[in-house]
Amino acid sequence: KKQHKKNKKDDRGPPEKEKEKEKASVPAPSKPATQSPAHKGTAFAILHSLVFVSFLYFLLVVKRLPEHIQVDDPAALKKLAKKLERQQVPLRSDYGYKVSLFSHLHQYSRKNPPTQQISIPATVIHPSIVRLGLQYSQGIIAGSNARSVALLHAFKQVIRDYSTPPNEELSRDLVNKLSPYISFLSQCRPLSASMGNAIKYIKKEISNIPSQCKEEEAKRRLQECIDSYINEKIILASEAISKYAIEKISDGDVILVYGCSSLVNHILCEAFEKQRKFRVIVVDSRPRLEGKEALRRLVKKGIRCTYVLISALSYILPEVSKVFLGAHALLANGYVMSRVGTSQIALVAKAFNVPVLVCCETYKFCERVQTDSFVSNELDDPDDLIVTRNGKTHLENWQTVKSLGLLNLVYDVTPPDFVDLVITDLGMIPCTSVPVVLRVKNVDQ
Amino acid sequence: MPGADKETDLSERIESFLSELKRCGSGAGSLRGSAETARETTALLRRITAQARWSNAGDLMEIIRKEGRRMTAAQPSVTTVGNMVRRVLKIIREEYARSRGSTEEADQQESLHKLLTSGGSSEDNFRQHFAHLKANVIEAINELLTELEGTTDNISMQALEHIHSNEVIMTIGRSRTVEAFLKDAARKRKFHVMVAECAPFCQGHEMATSLSKEDIETTVIPDAAIFAVMSRVNKVIIGTQTVLANGGLRAVNGTHTLALAAKHHSTPLIVCAPMFKLSPQVSDTPKLSTKNFENTTTNRFGNLILSKVNAHCPVFDYVPPELITLFISNIGGNAPSYIYRLMSELYHPEDHEL
Repeated sequence: KKQHKKNKKDDRGPPEKEKEKEKASVPAPSKPATQSPAHKGTAFAILHSLVFVSFLYFLLVVKRLPEHIQVDDPAALKKLAKKLERQQVPLRSDYGYKVSLFSHLHQYSRKNPPTQQISIPATVIHPSIVRLGLQYSQGIIAGSNARSVALLHAFKQVIRDYSTPPNEELSRDLVNKLSPYISFLSQCRPLSASMGNAIKYIKKEISNIPSQCKEEEAKRRLQECIDSYINEKIILASEAISKYAIEKISDGDVILVYGCSSLVNHILCEAFEKQRKFRVIVVDSRPRLEGKEALRRLVKKGIRCTYVLISALSYILPEVSKVFLGAHALLANGYVMSRVGTSQIALVAKAFNVPVLVCCETYKFCERVQTDSFVSNELDDPDDLIVTRNGKTHLENWQTVKSLGLLNLVYDVTPPDFVDLVITDLGMIPCTSVPVVLRVKNVDQ
Repeated sequence: MPGADKETDLSERIESFLSELKRCGSGAGSLRGSAETARETTALLRRITAQARWSNAGDLMEIIRKEGRRMTAAQPSVTTVGNMVRRVLKIIREEYARSRGSTEEADQQESLHKLLTSGGSSEDNFRQHFAHLKANVIEAINELLTELEGTTDNISMQALEHIHSNEVIMTIGRSRTVEAFLKDAARKRKFHVMVAECAPFCQGHEMATSLSKEDIETTVIPDAAIFAVMSRVNKVIIGTQTVLANGGLRAVNGTHTLALAAKHHSTPLIVCAPMFKLSPQVSDTPKLSTKNFENTTTNRFGNLILSKVNAHCPVFDYVPPELITLFISNIGGNAPSYIYRLMSELYHPEDHEL
């Protein structure tokens, strides 16, 4: 059996097919070895059909390893390059010295946008997608909800401008049209978990369009689906979460927030409108300094705010009564994936016995599992760390120094023992109940 | 008259030292390391001993105490000044006791019996005049100065005992002691250093460039990523501004977070601190010193927002002794629970309050 598996491995290069072949060779154990030459033809036919069936089966169950965490594998890179060439999407090259612990991730520079290699006007990629990709890569649109909503609006535009070519079905052709767009967007910036879920939903809706449906009707239906998705999963969800969260805010509270989470800002603004008396401490961190945006929104509303950097956390925490954090995704093993620094805040809050509440919509729940912040993460432009203090810029020529590296992580994972409560649109659940919610959602769909 | 000249010269030097201290706190003057401050303080105290007018040990101690109070008032956060003053006071007491002929061990104050029975008997002990006291005290201060010169080297010599090859070491901000420590180890071993930049002053950048020039693999990480990368770190080595009497630290802000993260991952936290940083203060309220940082980070805000917002920028953090694994000083390695004993050997309890 093992010999047979090895032979199959040598034939196939790419790793995912490897896995499928390994499993596929199990149901057909000794047939090829004992077949007589006369029956070889039928044997092969049976084998191939079995392989095909198991291939389909495992497509559903065994998830392919996403490309953006296989940068250190030259075979995977070649495969990606070929795929992008086929789709006529430009390949973005990595920038700068990568810290060895993260050599499996991409690191791009903001100064080399992926649109440099595209001809204007773009022939393959829809212009609204090009614009969206540029907005992602330059950081103009940032934040999980903002990115998802922008993506869905861009897809609405794409659907509006779409016309079915002759002899093609809308349900199949449109999905194929969307694939190069998605590759382009993930070249601009790796897709977030919320965007992944949104794309899955759209693809499912498109493939469920019945074939006798007229094109106009189909397009209208798809646009309605997208609108209702945004409305249900994002807007109404944030209303529901605010309602739950406001129960947890009492008068005289000192609430700590980190960075700029649209959901947490919404909750605080709602609570302020409902006449709760509290003050907010906004914690910020270099190099993104997103807390400034949160501070601006809260101060505009009239909420009393204090502003500190994350290194002053132990100084300010004795005053704090609650910590509200936003999330980028909630993983199936209960870990919270969020902006880098969130786990630090949860850790220090736990040390000072301050309750930590995470607010997250259910559409951000994701079936991945992860235990540390290394395996799957995003590396931002390392030049962001360069700063001038007292007229001196120490890291100016960091590229010329051989042994110096800059690390600009975007996400980190918080273990569930630091989080006391997760507030979702389905209610207030502990961190470990995420797989239950996922199962319920899957059953619903 | 030569006596008056000497006196004016002395007071001039003291005044210039005080103004240096005041300026270095506000960031406008040259930011010198604490070793330099300690050496200059000790040199100044030696000059005072040599040039001031005193007839017995009690007078000298009064003079030094007075000057010491002025110096610590000029810049309370620079504790090395006060520590050196207390060391010199202890030296004077020792030399006096030696001149008197009484053994030092009899004066140990830990004995409860002594505490109950001695009372105020030590008050008038310093009024006797000894001819060679001045020379002895100056010689002892010279020894102290030699010790101070060698502290960084003594600490770096222990580096190879604590760093093995292919380690990942994390540090925060900029400490000259840790820099020398790591550079010494890098001569023989290959390891990787992660430096947390320590916003908003970002002194970690300077540390990283200096280390990478010695061919040490260095990575600069933002403060927010400390916990994220801590799982891959083998040791955390930090410097500190002050070591408190209970074994805790007053260190640059962000150190408490680093210590908590290290504790969570059971990573050893090693503090490289020379003995002159040991201070008899015990409790430390976290709200000790704040610096105005409006111009460094908030300059992108409109004035409308700045007027409604409180911004805080503490300079130091208190780290409790439970989070610290080891202290490496010029006299060797110690556990935090032993610091109180070292302190009682360095300073006399009556000098704790200058």
